[in-house]
Amino acid sequence: MWSLSHITNEIHEWLSSTFNPTWTLIFEMVLAGVAVIGLFAVLGLVLVIMERKVSAWMQIRLGPNRVGPKGILQSTADTIKLMVKEGMTPSGADKFLFNLAPFIAMIVAMLLMAPLAFAKDFQLWDLNIGVLFVSAISSLSVISILMAGWASNNKYSLLGAMRSGAQIVSYELSAGLSVLSIVVLAGSLSVSDIINSQADGWWIFKGHIPAIIAFITFIIAVTAETNRAPFDLAEAESELTAGFHTEYSGMKFALFFLAEYVNVFIVCAIGATLFLGGWMPLHIGSWDGFNHAMDYIPSSIWFFGKTFFLIFLIMWFRWTFPRLRIDQLLNLEWKYLLPISMINLLLITAMAILKWHF
Amino acid sequence: MYRQTDIIEDNRDTAQGNFVINVGPQHPATHGVLHLVITLNGETIQKIEPHLGYIHRSIEKMCESLSYRQFIYVTSRMDYLSAHINNHACSLCVEKGLQVEIPPRAQVIRVLMDELTRIASHELWWGAMAMDLGAFTPFFHAFRERETINDIMEETCGARLTMNYMVPGGVMHDIHPNFQKRVKDFMQLYKKKINEYDELVTGNVIFQNRMKGVGVISAEDAVSYGCTGPVARGSGVSSDIRKIYPYEIYDKLEFDEVLETGGDSFARYMVRIREMQQSIRIVEQLIDNIPEGDFMTKTKAVLKLPKGEFYSRVETARGELGVYIVSEGATTPYRIKFRSPGFSNLSILDKMVRGGKIGDLIAAMGTLDLVIPDIDR
Repeated sequence: MWSLSHITNEIHEWLSSTFNPTWTLIFEMVLAGVAVIGLFAVLGLVLVIMERKVSAWMQIRLGPNRVGPKGILQSTADTIKLMVKEGMTPSGADKFLFNLAPFIAMIVAMLLMAPLAFAKDFQLWDLNIGVLFVSAISSLSVISILMAGWASNNKYSLLGAMRSGAQIVSYELSAGLSVLSIVVLAGSLSVSDIINSQADGWWIFKGHIPAIIAFITFIIAVTAETNRAPFDLAEAESELTAGFHTEYSGMKFALFFLAEYVNVFIVCAIGATLFLGGWMPLHIGSWDGFNHAMDYIPSSIWFFGKTFFLIFLIMWFRWTFPRLRIDQLLNLEWKYLLPISMINLLLITAMAILKWHF
Repeated sequence: MYRQTDIIEDNRDTAQGNFVINVGPQHPATHGVLHLVITLNGETIQKIEPHLGYIHRSIEKMCESLSYRQFIYVTSRMDYLSAHINNHACSLCVEKGLQVEIPPRAQVIRVLMDELTRIASHELWWGAMAMDLGAFTPFFHAFRERETINDIMEETCGARLTMNYMVPGGVMHDIHPNFQKRVKDFMQLYKKKINEYDELVTGNVIFQNRMKGVGVISAEDAVSYGCTGPVARGSGVSSDIRKIYPYEIYDKLEFDEVLETGGDSFARYMVRIREMQQSIRIVEQLIDNIPEGDFMTKTKAVLKLPKGEFYSRVETARGELGVYIVSEGATTPYRIKFRSPGFSNLSILDKMVRGGKIGDLIAAMGTLDLVIPDIDR
């Protein structure tokens, strides 16, 4: 079975046969860094064009169809336009923080890619607390938003940033609790261990109804955490014009924009890893022929297929639902999602101890 | 004249943690150049002051220097979403002064056009209001049906938005031969698609939570602030000019005045949704029964209204539009005054959303269905 790890193995062998181990490590780190930056850019472009096509399809229109075949180069053209545009800094703004904020958003999004397993044996950093690392780093993204909102010296930005602060901090709880329920089931915080524990079936199937509840809570919470509609109160176009990035233009705006999409990709990748088995192919009990056929599909296709399915789900929300009000948003978290996910975690823990899951 | 400086200098306000924010004149939710000065405490609204005049074109003054045939075209630019009905109100007023009867064919065509305009206007309101709440897709679904109406208008009147089709004495020219067929096609399409509206917006839990119990107007307030149209009817105040002071052939038609008693944003929403169905009902009654005959009464080339005062009122998509003409017997009116529904409806905004959140303001403003050129004129 072909996998992305074949490429990395060959590069590794070639580098180790040419250089000494220290230089090999340095070159490999540089390559990984370049790959992450490349992935950041490519994912941003792909997701933007995907969102525009999905929204066009839901809104009975064609969407971008002029630049390149079927308009697939539209987001590239948009990026070039944003890069040559002047990045304005308002005169009343705190210049240092204002210019720093987009980079923090970008760095957070890039850091989160480290523990993701994109395919079999294809992972930047298989650290033993991978899931904890993800939840720790993702909570940093609120800092960039608060920084941008405060430094802009604009009341709309400030309102957006404050909304976003309340929202991300609250929804992290239920996102964390639903992640924890899978950690309890798998018995490990390491991403590769969690994936390997799903070799005989994905947790969403093995974990009975509590796992499905955890999955639904997770999807709702991460939609809110990434500030996507119906929880896009930080941007809230019709209320706050553009929320925390009202004053940003050019590439600084584009960094926020790309970081949002890359964050969506990352949370969906984590959802796919925890609940849908990451790069694990779909296996059904003792259907050996079927399982064997599924094994022939490369693991990277399984991973990206599941991730993009979840991304499509989140885009579907955005183009269907109206936005919540800020008090309703916090009510939903503190009065419904948090108690549900707490009880659910207890159920799952009992299930894991009593070995009730498959 | 403006009180804006007073708010900023009011130290007591800012000492309590209040701050002032300008919504508009350029803002996605004001649908035009409305300027709201809002005093906020956190997210809670303390006070709203609408500032008008950004699109004031002195239409009333302009009308006074134009002849009775010409000034009607200017009024299309007041409430551009119901241009037909504005023209209709002015034509009615001039006809009242001239004391001409218009032929039955023209009357039926006028009513048909009015009701199609009302549907088109409510369609646009529905899409734009959903967009205010953060749902973008309904806008495109609404425009699918609205385009069909615009195509019908384009064929018969030659324009899609500012039609200028109604003139004193009747309508400018006869309907297009395809008119009846295309209107029937539209009604079929509309009946097929109306369920989508409920599936997409009305039944949505988030939407209902955003609308119910928000921006409540009591029946007394609706009367004392002079609200008309769907805004008043959402509070249970009967205010349909088509029923109270019937003009043209409305007294011979079967349709219900839509009344909701909730008074909140959701009631106003339901009034407009149900009103579209009533308009469809009217169109259905008339589309096969357009009488033969002239579409216009012969009038003199230069119209002169006798000395006196004339007033006519019609029900536009937004409420009561009144046209008041004072004539000195010349070829141009001495004074013209328009009573526009948007102006009165806007005045209750502060009362209805005080104490609510910013999101409530946007939702409630959406249900007022404001057209800014109609407020400023």
